[in-house]
Amino acid sequence: MPVTLEKIPDQEGRIVLSMGPQHPATHGVLRLILELEGETVRRALYDIGYLHTGFEKSFESKTYSQCITLTDRMDYLAPLSNNLGFCLAVEKLLDLEVPPRAQWIRVLLTELTRIQSHLVWLGSHAIDLGAMSMFLYCFREREDILHLFEMVSGQRMMTSYFRVGGVALEPPLGWLKRIEAFIRRFPEKLAEYETLLTKNPIWLRRTVGVGKISAADGVAWGLSGPSLRASGVKWDVRKSEPYSSYDKFDFDIPTRPDGDVYARYLVRLDEMRESLKIVRQAMEGMPAGRHIADAPHIVLPDRESMKTSIEALIYHFKIVTEGFHPPVGEVYRAIESPRGELGYYLVSDGSPRPFRCHVRAPSFANLQCLPKMIEGHLIADVVACVGSIDFILGEVDR
Amino acid sequence: MAAGRGAETPTDLTVTSLDANPIVQKLREFAPEALLGTLDFRGELTISLAAAEVRRICEFLRDAPDLSFRFLSDLTAVDHYPNEPRFKVVYHLFSIEHSRRLSLKVPLGGADPKVDSLVSVWPAADAFEREVFDLFGIRFEGHPDLRRILLPEDWEGHPLRKDYPTEGYR
Repeated sequence: MPVTLEKIPDQEGRIVLSMGPQHPATHGVLRLILELEGETVRRALYDIGYLHTGFEKSFESKTYSQCITLTDRMDYLAPLSNNLGFCLAVEKLLDLEVPPRAQWIRVLLTELTRIQSHLVWLGSHAIDLGAMSMFLYCFREREDILHLFEMVSGQRMMTSYFRVGGVALEPPLGWLKRIEAFIRRFPEKLAEYETLLTKNPIWLRRTVGVGKISAADGVAWGLSGPSLRASGVKWDVRKSEPYSSYDKFDFDIPTRPDGDVYARYLVRLDEMRESLKIVRQAMEGMPAGRHIADAPHIVLPDRESMKTSIEALIYHFKIVTEGFHPPVGEVYRAIESPRGELGYYLVSDGSPRPFRCHVRAPSFANLQCLPKMIEGHLIADVVACVGSIDFILGEVDR
Repeated sequence: MAAGRGAETPTDLTVTSLDANPIVQKLREFAPEALLGTLDFRGELTISLAAAEVRRICEFLRDAPDLSFRFLSDLTAVDHYPNEPRFKVVYHLFSIEHSRRLSLKVPLGGADPKVDSLVSVWPAADAFEREVFDLFGIRFEGHPDLRRILLPEDWEGHPLRKDYPTEGYR
């Protein structure tokens, strides 16, 4: 919603600067209205909605299976996390058990998503602060992960690979080998990024002590995910409310006490290492069995059985033309997306379409903390803070 | 979408056998008249509250040491048009210390839907309340800056209301 500049009173010696919505450092279409005194930001307002597409309204006219494709498009850097959040909410509503193999594949893919999303964040955050080569390196590794997504789903970004009850298809042969090659290669690359940034004096001067937020402020303002953990709050939905068998994996929650841009950088780097640990465990311990639940009234039958079984054909017809009917009720399911607590609130009236579907987008809540971080800082630090929160405007505006 | 959808949704929660639940017990001691009902569905505890007491109860839920719901996860609304009470504002709270969730529900009439703002309890409510105001037209009294947040200022109507056509007004 556009904020007109007249709304900010013009005080002596202060100027009002409109930054964005078309600005490379705002990572999409965010507009900031900054009241400046010299080069210092005295007051900041954010202006969003430029990417509002009414996802929550669209959900209400689509069947549950059709909704999955919409979830990809909100947080386009973590499509699989969005798929997972939605599927888990529907499964909770249906009280549907997901087979272990599907859970392991989901964990593996969402952790790869986390690495991939953090790589885009690192690359674009670094280029915002002037480190051009980081951008190219990060996108090189990210492309490897996108190839892995393409192998299972046919798509690099809009995967829509998860289904209610499991995953769409059995992963292709040779997929795990490709992942193995990636996780062998990747730690070395991470170390390479660290040599470029972690002790780089320019990087330190741009990030240490900048954009501080305390743990108490972070919690009160709804900050979650790595940005909150960088303020010393050891909370991760994967540990506090484990889903998809996360309780069977061994990993740590990295935290830092400082709450500045540098701490958020370090936490995300550590998270990539932890995710790599989870990917390795998921790969080595991958159980055998079905990739999707055996629930004929919810899950589409496989093509072969449709040729021989009339029941399979009928179920297929019913699910495609009508959808499935969950019980009346409402659920809220949160997961840990690369940006924080991603929650799906579903209300069902027993029909095959959600009566209401609300997305608790982590970026939407995290963005509220931005004015707190930048007020009193120099205008050059605004770019550092914007990058360090790592929000996705597609998800903010929905 | 046919009008009248949603007639089956659990708009009216009845007081069930959740009296033994410690959170319900504490709230019943604190504000017995404000508690409209409780529900346990798929392991989620939902408490239905009267609109007048919301802010006082939320302060209690945030500050009571054995509850400490200091994190407001989510705030949204549901429209049950044409049923009354038409709207329901839904709060999802989380306690980081106890890893516990709680949902609160506040039914509101359709004529002039308004409820106390919770920005003074959880600053995080700021953007969420603006979003509900924008998309549902529910007013939050005491909100410091209640403006539309996603749609332009001159937008007509509130798109997430059930009587708002999916393709918009033509």
